[in-house]
Formats: sequence, C-alpha cells, structure tokens
Amino acid sequence: MKLPRYFGRFGGSFVPEILVPALEEFEAAFLDARVDPEFTAELESLLATYAGRPTPLYRCRNLTADTGSSIWLKREDLLHGGAHKTNQALGQGLLARRIGKHRLIAETGAGQHGVATALTAAVLGMECKVYMGTKDIERQEMNVFRMRLMGAEVVPVNQGGCTLKDAINEALRDWAASYETTHYLLGTVAGPHPFPFIVREFQRVIGREARQQFRDANDNRLPDAVIASVGGGSNAIGIFSDFLDDENVRLIGVEPGGEGLETPRHGATLLKGTPGVLHGAFSSILQDEDGQVLESHSLSAGLDYPGVGPEHAYLKETGRAEYVSCTDGEALQAFSTLAKAEGILPALESAHALSEALRLVRASSKPLHLVVNLSGRGDKDLGTVNLHLPRTGGAS
Amino acid sequence: MSDRGRASYDALFARLRSKGEGAFVPFVVLGDPDPETSLDLVRALVRGGADALELGLPFSDPVADGPVIQAASTRALAGGVAIADCWEIVTAVRTDFPDTPIGMLVYANLLFRRGIADFYVKASHAGADSVLVADAPVLESAQLAEAARETGIAPVLIAPPNADEATLTSVASSSEGYVYVVTRPGVTGTDERLRDTSHLLIAQLQRLGSAPPLLGFGISKPAHVRAALEMGAAGAISGSAVVSHIASSAGRKGQMVEAVGQFVREMKEATKPS
Repeated sequence: MKLPRYFGRFGGSFVPEILVPALEEFEAAFLDARVDPEFTAELESLLATYAGRPTPLYRCRNLTADTGSSIWLKREDLLHGGAHKTNQALGQGLLARRIGKHRLIAETGAGQHGVATALTAAVLGMECKVYMGTKDIERQEMNVFRMRLMGAEVVPVNQGGCTLKDAINEALRDWAASYETTHYLLGTVAGPHPFPFIVREFQRVIGREARQQFRDANDNRLPDAVIASVGGGSNAIGIFSDFLDDENVRLIGVEPGGEGLETPRHGATLLKGTPGVLHGAFSSILQDEDGQVLESHSLSAGLDYPGVGPEHAYLKETGRAEYVSCTDGEALQAFSTLAKAEGILPALESAHALSEALRLVRASSKPLHLVVNLSGRGDKDLGTVNLHLPRTGGAS
Repeated sequence: MSDRGRASYDALFARLRSKGEGAFVPFVVLGDPDPETSLDLVRALVRGGADALELGLPFSDPVADGPVIQAASTRALAGGVAIADCWEIVTAVRTDFPDTPIGMLVYANLLFRRGIADFYVKASHAGADSVLVADAPVLESAQLAEAARETGIAPVLIAPPNADEATLTSVASSSEGYVYVVTRPGVTGTDERLRDTSHLLIAQLQRLGSAPPLLGFGISKPAHVRAALEMGAAGAISGSAVVSHIASSAGRKGQMVEAVGQFVREMKEATKPS
C-alpha cells in the first residue's frame, strides 16, 4: 500500500490475506486516476449532468424565525438517488471499470447505498449484486424495489441481527471469491484501508461546495458549526473534510441514540463503544467483554451499525470533532418539524443532525449560524415515520 | 522468548517424516455446541488420529468463514460460551494430550479486546502452540507476531493462491510451525473437487525455506488429503467437513462424538503410505 493506512492509531487493513491484492489494486487505481484529467472530467461530468451537482445550500426560512440564528441545509437529498451515496458510488464505479471489473457488489442498510450502487452499475453497464439484511429489506421495501428496477440483484442476508453489519460480512465473503471480476463498492468511510480514504475523497465535494456556498452568501464568513449524522460516517466525513483546517468551525457528529444511551438499544459507536476491529478496520465498536460485536439499534436503518469509520475515532480522540447523540424520538420530532416548517422531508439519518442543530439554537444565548448536512431525502422512511410518529406525540 | 510452539510442530513433522506420513489436522469451533460436548469432541479428534489440532474461538463476525463454520460460532455463542470457557477446554486438552500441537484460529478483535499481550499469555498458559489470526494479513501482522513470540507461541500466516512474491517471502519468513496454504479463493467450506494448482505455491514456499505447508479450504474427503500430499504439502487441514458432522448430529451427543472420530480415522488413513 502506498497511502498511510492509519488515522492516528485507527484504521488498518484487517482482512483475510486473499483480499489484500484486491485492496492494493484498488488503491493503485485511485492514485493513478486522481492525476488523470480524463478520469476527473468523466466523474465531474457525471456528477453535474447525471447526479445533479452542485446541490444547493438552503437557508431555512421558517425553522429559526425570530431567533436571529440560521440553519443552512446542504441539500444532498436532492442528489440523484436521493442521498449523498451517489457521489462516491459513481467514483468507485469508474475506478472499478478502469481496472477491468465488470461486476459490482455492495452492502446496504437503509438501501440508499444499494440504490446508488445499482444506478452506478446501470449507467456504467455493469452487473450488480446488493447484500441486504432481511430486517432492513422489511423496513426499506421501496428501496429494494428501486434497486431491482435498476437491474440489481438484492440478496437477503438472514444472519446475526439481519442488518447492515451482517450484509457487510456477506459482501466481504463474496469478494474473497470473486475479486478477479468484481469490485466491492463499500458504502461508507469504514472498512479496510483504502476504503476510508477513497470514500472520503469522493465525498469531500459536499463540504467543498458547502463551504464556498456559505461564504458566498455570508460575506466570506464561516459557519459556527457543521453538523452531520454518523452511522458509518461518510456524509459527516464528506462535509467535515474541507472545514478541518477552519479551527473556529465546530464539527459535530450526531450518533443514533436509539431508545437512549442508558439502554442497550442504540448505535452510538463513538460515545459508547470501545476500540476494536470490525470489518477490516481498528476503530470504535460496540462489543461485549470478550470482543463479540453487539447488535446496534436505530429506527434509522442507515445508522444501525455497531462500527464507525476509523477517521471519526481519530477526530474524536484528537478533539477536532465532537460527537453527540439523538434518540429515535428526537429524530422523529425533527423530521416532523422540518416537514411542517420548510416542506422538506429529511431522511431519518439527516433528521438526527437537524435535531442537534435545533437543540443548539434553542440552548444558545447568542445567534448561531449552522450548516446541517441534509444527507438524504425522507421518502424511504415514510412507512417507519407513519408507524412511529403518532406514538411519540410528534404528529400533533 | 522461547520457541516452545514451533518446537512442538517441528517434533510432530519429524515423527511423521520418519513414518513416511502426512499430517491430518481437524478443526472445530470451541464451545460448539456446548463446552462439555466440545471437549469430548476434541478428545475424539485426537483419539481418532489427529496429528495436530486447529481450534477456533467463536466470533460474532467470522468473515473468512463459510456457512458451516459461521453456524458453529453462532451455536457456541447462542449457548453462552465465553472465551474463558474456551481456554478451559484448551487447558484440559493439553493435559490429556501433552504432545499434540494445538493451533488456535481466531479473529483479530478477540486479541485487541483485552490487549494483544494478554491474549497470547492466556493462550500460552492454556497450552496453545500456535495462533493464526484469520483477518490479520502479513501487512498487519508484525506486532501480533512479536507478541506471540514473546510467549513462545508460533505465529502462523496464510499463503493464499493470489499472493505475490513479496507477500510469500514475508509469509515464508514469518510463519512458524507451519504455513496455512489456502487452496482457492473464497471462504472456508467443503469442495467436491480439490483444485490441483497448489503445488506451484507449495514449491515456491519450499524454495523460500518456509515452515512445512499444510493445505486447507475445501478438504473434505480422503482423496483430498492424498491430493494435498501429492502436491507437496506436509498435511491437510479440514474444518467445515468436521463441523458438518457436529451439525448433522445435533442433540445426539454420542453419535456426534462417534461421527467426528470416525471421520478423522478415515482422513488420517489417507495420510499413510499405501
């Protein structure tokens, strides 16, 4: 490997030896492509004319009325596919094609990464197989339908908790046998090196645009804080990266608090986890005393993962980013609030970030100017919201 | 530092060479289906003729394993088996069979959880001779190998069919006791036909002066054992085939113990000169 495999003490490539050549080949392809103007031009063209970049940065009109504060939404929900996942799926898809792979495999939780991989395979003329836990298939039926319509095969994974963790295990097993023809298009900044590095570089566009858009609209000033939800962590890393050197900008990652951090039913990997190896990286994970990985819980399928990207573990340890949590109920409340105030249905994942922004505005004695990564749209969550919102009292 | 673990394998391979035999090494997941039965199963493996043992620690996310061994881990963990219970089984096996090399097959997180040094001390106290970390490739193995050697445990590495010269050179120089040669891409499982391409890899390892190569992945029939030896391997490792006998005799302990013992006898027979 040519690039550093670790972020501080976190990261690495903890995979069976058989997969190391595939990781090396992928890293080499990335390094080669990144200095190839043709590759960059093709990716930028796809992002602009197919996916719809740049996405807007929208200043909420009503959400913070009368407070003097402002909340700016980076509208990744408007990206083709319905979430930020498309940014890096296209990038990896082009890399895969460049090294002669004709088949893409992926894991998916909420289905958004599966959809992004399926549309990438369709537009680039590749085969596609998506592993998805049976529990997620149940709660994200529409995304399963979308993937199948785009020509992907969706493979139900009926092991463990039947969610994202188990889908990644199956994708890794597939790849160990199929690496010669197949690229594993991992969906987040977790997994073995070089995935955390490469996925970040393809998601960096979110923060690059948001930073410029905020400055353009605010006399070159920067926001007080940038807020994003953290499951595996790709939308957060994507919006944080270009703000890392802006020391006065707080970077806040919001983990799924599920039914509460005091219960075992949450997915707050950074806040409640301990260092360990899951899916190829040394990072923070939810595990028992012996090192058996625990099931996570979140109403939001995309955040329901007991691991997290190693760069987040590093940013937490160095203190550059802060991590907080938001419960299922609080996320539903924020979902409902945004729908009514602005006519936008956020993904439940993004609703976690919005909830924290609203809390900060309420708690602050001075006006705050916050950027929230609205990483995806909420259409996929309507069934879940319909089922749970009345019980939490948020629909009144 | 001692080389107790490596010495145990060296002695085994010397014994086998003098008899003109190859090694047969069965694998089970410790605690499958429960600690007590698991100990009886391991005893049956040795009494059936196992030359050495590969013992897996159950792990929640065994990405290098196919469905049969995944299910074994799941059965053990569902029964509430803790890693401490597994070390007790190893300790008992060591007491019963002082000369049988015991290899542990584990996943990296089980080492990192309580600290790498602590893990190897426990393994060494229990009587293990080698440790193979399924998800620690050569690239990530330096600190693990060092901690292993501190406690007299032989670090074992995998030589896969797609390894380049540099990786094989590292594997040959770092893997002690034996080298685990993987027959094919993919995860553990039983194959109908064994691939016959491992002889090239084995020859390359021997040229690099590696420890004796044991062939694994897909070994499920006596014919596979003979083929492994013909390709130049010092022996063969069989996991999923052994474990499938445990699964198919679920709830009938006597039959389970008898079945794995009988399987090992048949496989061991194939290591002997005809």
